[in-house]
Amino acid sequence: MTVHSFQEHFDKKIDDEVMIEPRDWMPDDYRKTLIRQISQHAHSEIVGMLPEGNWITRAPSLRRKAVLLAKVQDEGGHGLYLYSAAETLGISRDEMLDQLHTGKAKYSSIFNYPSLTWADMGAIGWLVDGAAIMNQVPLCRTSYGPYARAMVRVCKEESFHQRQGFEIMLTLSNGTEVQKKMAQDALNRWWWPSIMMFGPPDADSPHTAQSMRWRIKRFTNDELRQKFIDVTVEQAKLIGLTVPDPDLKWNDATGHYDYGAINWDEFWNVVKGNGPCNKERLEARKKAWEDGAWVRDAALAYSKKRKARKENNKTLAA
Amino acid sequence: MNQLINKNLYGDYGDKENAGGASGSHDTSSEWPLWEVFIRSKAGLDHKHAGSLHAADAQMAIENARDVYTRRMEGVSIWVVESKYIHASDPGESESMYEPATDKIYRHPTFYDLPDELKHM
Repeated sequence: MTVHSFQEHFDKKIDDEVMIEPRDWMPDDYRKTLIRQISQHAHSEIVGMLPEGNWITRAPSLRRKAVLLAKVQDEGGHGLYLYSAAETLGISRDEMLDQLHTGKAKYSSIFNYPSLTWADMGAIGWLVDGAAIMNQVPLCRTSYGPYARAMVRVCKEESFHQRQGFEIMLTLSNGTEVQKKMAQDALNRWWWPSIMMFGPPDADSPHTAQSMRWRIKRFTNDELRQKFIDVTVEQAKLIGLTVPDPDLKWNDATGHYDYGAINWDEFWNVVKGNGPCNKERLEARKKAWEDGAWVRDAALAYSKKRKARKENNKTLAA
Repeated sequence: MNQLINKNLYGDYGDKENAGGASGSHDTSSEWPLWEVFIRSKAGLDHKHAGSLHAADAQMAIENARDVYTRRMEGVSIWVVESKYIHASDPGESESMYEPATDKIYRHPTFYDLPDELKHM
């Protein structure tokens, strides 16, 4: 086959909705785009454990603690599914972690905001996981097989995350004045960063067109954001909380909510590393990696020793 | 141009060295090896590929597989095999590999045109 026919074959598969698998020919840019997107996604899951891990020891009841532990463990698992999906594209795990630790790879900006009160556990589950699900459900049909399969697994597990978050918000909203205030305060702080999670507006999203062509992405950032706002505003009404956007208004003509201007300067500022917790998050990841070095080395040395002992025994027996 | 004609068999399955990382020069000698995980979801069913993970040895691979792939009772039995021991067919050869099967539709029961009155067959 010539280059041309490889490319043609690939394009036809994409058009026919045939999944691309690790050993299939693919354009180099497709592979690079996927490595970037999947590894960023994996990093987001892993860094995303930090704001919630912060509250495990202070969960208000044993039930809440068990639930939060399970959720944070799930996030770790999701990171691992995604890292191995990215590895099928030829990048090593260590190289991805290196990219995270050196700041070369990004993760979702939302995790650079602090989790200040218990209500934040509710807001994160409801809004952050809610936005993530909006993003992830279409990714179950993304064109790269290992990524799509990882996402199916992730989505199956993620819906409990959102429901437990909403339940926390519901409970607080039905509680004392102070509890209700705490819930509203968490919504106030997490609303805007959550709707920024879908990424820059379509006009400023350089990768969107190509990713749509490759069927890596199925919907644009703005389409998903609108969908999220439409469903979430109704959910907020249900628990008597107010979405902190004075311009939010139902638009009969479009059948969607109109919303106010998003502060993209804040978004880019956090992406560039100047959010409230960027430094702390990265330090925590690096520390975990460095403090764990002896464990990784010891496990490898132990397995070598055991292998050698086995070989020895075999020789003796022979 | 030549570079593009390369077959680029990306993937870990037995040819990780050739697949190359994004930079292709990263030292992976201290990385735990990669394992493929297969899970039997309940007695009576086959083990099915679930995904992969890193572990220092087989026992750790099984323990990690339990934590990573069976947090919700997804399995009753786990197989792990080091990824480098898996050999895969070449998708570039799939035409010659599977084509002979496509013109033998008489191997399927629906090929035979039998009267509707015929029962239990």
